[in-house]
Amino acid sequence: MHQHEMSARSVFDGAVFMPSQMKLLEDFKRDTHPDKVNLAGREYVGEHGHTTWLPLVRKIKQQIATDPTLTPEYPPNLGIPEFTRRATELALGKDSPAIVESRVFGVQTVGCTGAVRLGAELLRSCYCSSSSWSGPILLSSPCDDSLAGIFKAAGIEDVQYYRFWDAESNGVCVENMVRDLENAPEQCLVVLFASGHRPTGAELSHEDWKRVAEKRQLFPFFLMSAQGLCSGSLEQDAWPVRHCVSLGLELLCAQSFSYSFGLYGERVGHLLCVLKQNLLAVQSQAEKIVQTLWSCPPMEGARVVATVLSNPAHLVDWQESVKAIAERCMLIRERLRERLRLLGGPWQWDHIIKPGGLYCCFGLNTQQVEFLVQKKHIYLLPNGCLNVSAINSRNLDYVAESIHQALSSKL
Amino acid sequence: MSIFGEVPQAAPVAVFKLTADFREDQNPSKVNLGVGAYRTEECQPWVLPVVRKVEKMIADDHSLNHEYLPILGLPEFRSSASKIALGEDSSAIKDKRVGAVQCLGGTGALKIGAEFLRRWYNGTDNTKTPVYVSAPTWENHNAVFSNAGFEDIRPYKYWDAGKRGLDLEGFLGDLESAPDHSIFVLHACAHNPTGTDPTQDQWKKIADVMKRKSLFAFFDSAYQGFASGNLDKDAWAVRYFVSQGFELFCAQSFSKNFGLYNERVGNLTVVAKDQDNLNRVLSQMEKIARVTWSNPPSQGARLVAITLNTPELFAEWKDNVKTMADRVLLMRAQLKEKLKALGTPGTWEHITEQIGMFSFTGLNPKQVEYMVKEKHIYLMASGRINMCGLTTKNIDYVAESIHEAVTTVQ
Repeated sequence: MHQHEMSARSVFDGAVFMPSQMKLLEDFKRDTHPDKVNLAGREYVGEHGHTTWLPLVRKIKQQIATDPTLTPEYPPNLGIPEFTRRATELALGKDSPAIVESRVFGVQTVGCTGAVRLGAELLRSCYCSSSSWSGPILLSSPCDDSLAGIFKAAGIEDVQYYRFWDAESNGVCVENMVRDLENAPEQCLVVLFASGHRPTGAELSHEDWKRVAEKRQLFPFFLMSAQGLCSGSLEQDAWPVRHCVSLGLELLCAQSFSYSFGLYGERVGHLLCVLKQNLLAVQSQAEKIVQTLWSCPPMEGARVVATVLSNPAHLVDWQESVKAIAERCMLIRERLRERLRLLGGPWQWDHIIKPGGLYCCFGLNTQQVEFLVQKKHIYLLPNGCLNVSAINSRNLDYVAESIHQALSSKL
Repeated sequence: MSIFGEVPQAAPVAVFKLTADFREDQNPSKVNLGVGAYRTEECQPWVLPVVRKVEKMIADDHSLNHEYLPILGLPEFRSSASKIALGEDSSAIKDKRVGAVQCLGGTGALKIGAEFLRRWYNGTDNTKTPVYVSAPTWENHNAVFSNAGFEDIRPYKYWDAGKRGLDLEGFLGDLESAPDHSIFVLHACAHNPTGTDPTQDQWKKIADVMKRKSLFAFFDSAYQGFASGNLDKDAWAVRYFVSQGFELFCAQSFSKNFGLYNERVGNLTVVAKDQDNLNRVLSQMEKIARVTWSNPPSQGARLVAITLNTPELFAEWKDNVKTMADRVLLMRAQLKEKLKALGTPGTWEHITEQIGMFSFTGLNPKQVEYMVKEKHIYLMASGRINMCGLTTKNIDYVAESIHEAVTTVQ
């Protein structure tokens, strides 16, 4: 029988090479300079320079590993009910009118990314229920690289930006933001940030939030990746979400438990859906979408979180550790500001300590950032944003001096 | 006014509804032959002894961190999982043209593969490339490919209800008439839901046509080791296609053979012509994973990687897998014997000829309804049963009920 030769060409030869999604991290790993510092990472890093283990989390994981009653069955598509219940209460407060009136459902997702992806797919298929809605969605300028990609992958092609970070004032220009939201089309989706903006770390005051929330024709999709880590208070960080709910708005909220539990690798996320009506139908559509993404979510991390959130003693323990993270970040910011002030020069540094949490934006231009990366081996994001938790007593002076140098040299 | 006011209720997934109904049923004789998960002789889920052991090792290991895994997943998991599919001495692996993406279970692996193919296969963003799935197939196949953007999803003939076996002629016919470059979703072994696999000779015929027409082979491998009890035997089809020079995808699930349903351990193995093509494919898959779940979960992958890469644990795992496969084989043999002893009309050879967790009994919808409503034995409307739901305690009741259904219900 005549054997057909396989074609010499690959069926994949149309695929274009895509540069790594994690190039900066890879460059840092390859860098052999003894003073190198990675300020471009996502995770919270402790004083010792590594991500931290909460002792409580370790203990609970050991309990889970030896618990004979736990079975490895497929969890429900939408996740562990105890987890989604607690995650919902955490975000909205136990007495939230939305919870009391049964207008909320939650979905355990694969990290915050999974929550955003699911939310995007849900909106694309359900929003206004007319033929597939495909936008527009308003993202902040700047925002995380992958965010636009997630919405586009979900079929929402029309991605636009509202002005958020103002390089001139090293803060949020609320006027511009509000104006851009006012000029947005009816029923536009807008992504808002609770618990600190990534990558700038910027926050809005309660008054600012009230002005934003007034724009009733917009549908808010909150990203709350680090509840409690910004101000040290779970309630305070969730205020913008709760405020919108109190106004009777429908909204989605993507939550992450990576930072607050140090469980990055376990991918513990949650998508909160607050509706006015038709809860069961929307929930059933969410299930349908989950089945095409990951069928059901991974249990390990969510089990840990549910165990902590359902146990009063654990809850106190955990809140203390979250507060400690927030306080350390604030301390680093203050010390950094102090060092920079002492190094002299015309620059203002108050904007460093204004927001809390992990991220901070310095008013550095492209050449200055390049100088820091190439010459000083200090890795930060191209837009001048950095993760303050990676600054510690050993590298504080080096970082401060290098920033000072970047600003004062003729580059 | 709600934005979501007009959203329709989605139909419930049949197998989940079946389990929900089963749970609510108060009848003491009830039997669940619906959902696809392994059960012990006591009708309990089984944590594999090797899994128990490794879980504890992981929990006690203080050197492990909780950081994000790389986007493509844990490297030692990906490579060892691909070796399981392709064989320790695979020449494709030696040629460095095999790669993998750690995914969220078999579903996640299908998802990433589908998303890649829609974007980069047979042109750019060619949503019209036909995707063929077997008739019948796992009910989620259609949804995964459709949600990835493919517009043309078609059935290929597979199950011959009349002769209760593979419709090879129909299958080959559909392969011949498929447009060149169409994508075919093939079940690597233990076909879900029919339990009917092509023989080696039949696979050779299938591969021949696919090669000639440049059809893309996307294997779904959810039961390796579980089907015959032997990992290599269950991987024969995938390995044959690789040896014939095919570039292909293989979506692997470790849910069943590790009993790790809840940790979502999957691997998309990619076999390309050469390393350059492989790298370009993986780079695009990284981008796709980044906007789907960003990084896969660490627990299950660590567990599987440690097991596969530690000789004593690997041996223990193979043993555990054989335990599960053997129990299924025993139940098959016993069910067939009992039906023959009862003199139940029809032939029941297919019960032992079929392979893996599932059996297509041949019961028609009315007979199935009888089983569910009158006998409280829950099985799918298609007549599919999960052999794992049978135990020595309930097998007589089930056999008798089948007998009643066949003899009294037309």
